[in-house]
Amino acid sequence: MADTKNVHQNKTGSTTLLAGLLFGIIFGFLLQKGGVTKYDVIIGQLLLTDFTVVKIMLSAVVTGMLGIYFMKTMGWVTLYPKAGSVGKSVIGGLIFGAGFAVLGYCPGTIAGAVGNGYLDALVGGLAGIILGAGIFAALFPKLRKGILSKGDFGTATLPSVLKVNDWVVVIPAVLIIAALLYWLESAGL
Amino acid sequence: MNWLYEVRWSPYAVGIGIGVLSWFTFLLSKKPIGCSTAFARTSGMLAKIFKGSKINEQPYYKEFKPVVDWEWMLVLGVIAGSLISALLSGDFSWQWIPGKWAAVFGSGIVLRVAVAVAGGILLGFGARWAGGCTSGHGISGTLQLAVSSWIAAVCFFIGGIITAYVLFHLIGA
Repeated sequence: MADTKNVHQNKTGSTTLLAGLLFGIIFGFLLQKGGVTKYDVIIGQLLLTDFTVVKIMLSAVVTGMLGIYFMKTMGWVTLYPKAGSVGKSVIGGLIFGAGFAVLGYCPGTIAGAVGNGYLDALVGGLAGIILGAGIFAALFPKLRKGILSKGDFGTATLPSVLKVNDWVVVIPAVLIIAALLYWLESAGL
Repeated sequence: MNWLYEVRWSPYAVGIGIGVLSWFTFLLSKKPIGCSTAFARTSGMLAKIFKGSKINEQPYYKEFKPVVDWEWMLVLGVIAGSLISALLSGDFSWQWIPGKWAAVFGSGIVLRVAVAVAGGILLGFGARWAGGCTSGHGISGTLQLAVSSWIAAVCFFIGGIITAYVLFHLIGA
């Protein structure tokens, strides 16, 4: 097949799509079992009364970090850090955060909320997210050379910024996150 | 296999599961888990229906082509996986108004849906501005120790905590 390479680059080959679907099914199953397909759990986190979201995220980060940096050290995987800048990550992050609280779901958990039968997610939230992404796409040509490039730090990772071996950052990060989770539990949160 | 039928698992079991899942997406699909570009691609697909193929020439859709890709299928899979989990445990239910919303803002469907649309617009706009969401930055990016993702993830929660406070303690008080 002459265009196999091209298909692979676009990540639209049928094996790739099937893999995405299977990974998604497991991800959605886990999100639902964790309770984070529910508005009440997400809003509880943002009101600082229910720490389920943070516990799931931080334990995923610790587990993922150890495995992925191990596989990177072994030469089995490469990293895909996203590019960022002050204008992009801070302002975009704050706008996202406001939407997170107003909607009560995020782009992944809203898909889970739809699967759970929640109609405010299906009828209201999905349409809003698609519309918001479309508005950004329309404004992108004006934003990209302006605010999005302010304070650019590219695809830097903490080990690359500090110019140290990966594990010099990974080990302390794992310990700090584990201590934070331990503290959350002992505080009864 | 009784655990498959339980309504809730420990958040740590779920988190470790997602962490292990991310090992396999890196290893087998060479992709980190992320969800928000699927919505950007969908917006392009819908825009194409109204404006035709000139949409493909817009700078943003040149970068994020309006096609079904790995991540789009991942989001579709999340709907299916959540449905399977909820059906197995009996936790599935059709519901318009979440409990915490109803307790403060009442059980009117129009208000909740209107606010959900507005929140969705902010969320979709902010996710593409920041270049990722709670999964792409919040989990996949932070576990790679990406500087952009740690900053974005902290800002997600700063923005979210402030906004939730305003909604539930000032407006809804």
